[in-house]
Amino acid sequence: MNLHGFGALLLEGTWLTVRLALAAMTVAIVLGLLAALAGRSRVAALRLLAHVYATLVRGIPELLMLLLVYFGASVVLMKVASLFGHDGYIELSPFAAGTAALGFMYGAYASEVVRGAIDAIPHGQIEAAQALGMHRLLSFRRIVLPQTWRFALPPLGNLFLALLKDTALISVVGANDLMRNTAIAVSDTVQPFTFYGAAALIYLLLTVLVTLAIAWLERRVNRGMRRAAT
Amino acid sequence: MKMFKLFTTATLALAFVGSAFAQETLRLGTEGAYPPFNYINKDGSVGGFDIDIGNALCKQMKVKCVWVTQDWDGIIPALNAHKFDAVLASMSITPEREKAVSFTNPYYSNKLQFVGPKAKPFEPTAAAMKGMTVGAQRATISAQWLDQHMKGDVTTKLYDTQENAYLDLASGRLGAILADKYVTYKWLQSKDGQAFAFMGKPVYSDDKIGIAVRKDDNALREKLNAALKVIVANGTYAKINAKYFPFSIY
Amino acid sequence: MNAALIWSNLPQLLAGAWVTLQLVALSGLLGIAIAVPTAIARVAGPAWLRWLPYSYIFFFRGTPLLVQIFLVYYGLSQFDAVRQSVLWPVLGQAYWCAIIAFSLNTGAYTAEILRGAIQGVPHGEVEAARSLGMSGSLLYRRVILPRAFRLALPAYTNELILMLKGSALASTITLLDITGAARTIIAVTYTPVEIFLAAGVLYLILSFVIIQGFRWLERRLNAHLHARLA
Repeated sequence: MNLHGFGALLLEGTWLTVRLALAAMTVAIVLGLLAALAGRSRVAALRLLAHVYATLVRGIPELLMLLLVYFGASVVLMKVASLFGHDGYIELSPFAAGTAALGFMYGAYASEVVRGAIDAIPHGQIEAAQALGMHRLLSFRRIVLPQTWRFALPPLGNLFLALLKDTALISVVGANDLMRNTAIAVSDTVQPFTFYGAAALIYLLLTVLVTLAIAWLERRVNRGMRRAAT
Repeated sequence: MKMFKLFTTATLALAFVGSAFAQETLRLGTEGAYPPFNYINKDGSVGGFDIDIGNALCKQMKVKCVWVTQDWDGIIPALNAHKFDAVLASMSITPEREKAVSFTNPYYSNKLQFVGPKAKPFEPTAAAMKGMTVGAQRATISAQWLDQHMKGDVTTKLYDTQENAYLDLASGRLGAILADKYVTYKWLQSKDGQAFAFMGKPVYSDDKIGIAVRKDDNALREKLNAALKVIVANGTYAKINAKYFPFSIY
Repeated sequence: MNAALIWSNLPQLLAGAWVTLQLVALSGLLGIAIAVPTAIARVAGPAWLRWLPYSYIFFFRGTPLLVQIFLVYYGLSQFDAVRQSVLWPVLGQAYWCAIIAFSLNTGAYTAEILRGAIQGVPHGEVEAARSLGMSGSLLYRRVILPRAFRLALPAYTNELILMLKGSALASTITLLDITGAARTIIAVTYTPVEIFLAAGVLYLILSFVIIQGFRWLERRLNAHLHARLA
């Protein structure tokens, strides 16, 4: 496959894609955890907020959310910052906008996953913790949270794979990810099939690597758990 | 848990490496998909007529300039969102745009001309082109001209980039495109443009290209105007012009 | 926030909504038509042939939809053989290229959903059918597939919503769906926040309609399951 000297540019783009996916996923997991907790809170307003977040955000196209965040977030951030006395201009780089937008959206999906994972933990364990005198926060930190990870990992892994592919959208707001650098190569060489094909293969390779990594993580997290005889 | 915290901090740090709080350098926005005026080289840097002019102006104004690329149809909102301080991307001065931004004095002139396949020539009139599919880049004066003069007669297709419009013209999806004359001039000389030619005379010849700044940014506008005057007078402009075109485009 | 602006541009946005609906409906139907034989081939096909559906699913689930659209629209048009073939009147149009890319994409995801559903059909029902002498296409047609479709309904609703959001990418190949109409309007008015918010609301309405519609369908098809509780 003759890449006409654009190989380096494609690799740079791939590196940005990977960084973006990791950053956005971190934001998503944190938001998802917070939202899942809010959904179980005794404060009704928090529960409502979590519910609205989970249902509304999942209904908007990622492309639209990204464009909104890229153009609108600066305005919001500046208003918030001026409340604290900072009157300068705050710009969001395409990378930060992408991380914020994708993290925010996938956080909604993650909150559903975490919610399901917390519900899957046998209630008997929480009751036992209470019987031992642990208060809610402690039992959550030592009993529930470590096991949530075990149940949440497979669906979170799927979310990460979807997120990895959605990073391609950041090319639309000008970040030099794999997709945008591919478009640059296409406009220079006028060989769309070669380069979009190469990009597809790179994404496939990333998908395979991530799938293997998730399988390894799953094995680690399930250490010591007895599996039913199949 | 420690691993997780470390991981989180590391990735977020990587994420925000690109963000900026207000800096002293001048940030210039360009598209990067409009050769020979602005394009991106293999190593990722920007190049082209617009970039050379911008660098010359910065040298004259003695400020450090940083180039930021932005997709064309979001370039004015991006300017107003402070992602950069000026747009040097072959933007035409139009009354509609002047409602949103301010322009410096023009730094080159432009014409709009139709391009079509040599094998299927046509006269650039609404009657002769009836039923044709014509392409143009979204948010350009070409798209605007088609909307004002040929709406209903031709089917207009709008593209994110000029390059994608060329791709579709070359593959036969379009019967014609309307675009800036000097940009197409370069494309017609390339390998892919060999089978195509200008059709008839330019349909619009009064186009002036300027640098866009935010409406309230008069200081920058005056500085750019002053620098522009100097580089035109001392021959820098002519040198840059000659690098790309055998004729003057001022 | 300029509400009058949204109102005056609403007709254009609604015209875009009609295009979005067409894209989703046509791609959905074609996707199912692709998914059913693919899923069956994955589960029950001859072993030497299984690499075919597997590779198809692997490619279309492992690469971003944006890359797939560009490969079909710009990539294929690179080849003279395609441009001069009898398929060109179809492949030459952005509309059909989008539908082809969307159908192939949703076909792969739906095939996986269907595969899981087919394997999830209670084994007792299949055994009973076999003991009655059913096999082959009769078994699939009367026992397995109807059950599998009902099992797949919640997951397929999810997939349909994802497709609705994916349809926003049609705007990258000149189609005037909701996102395409929004970007064209913003190109003239320079007011991204208002118009993108309006577009977002339209998507939310469409996804609400789809979710409610499928919930109704689910209640009707699984009525015999709900009746027991009454």
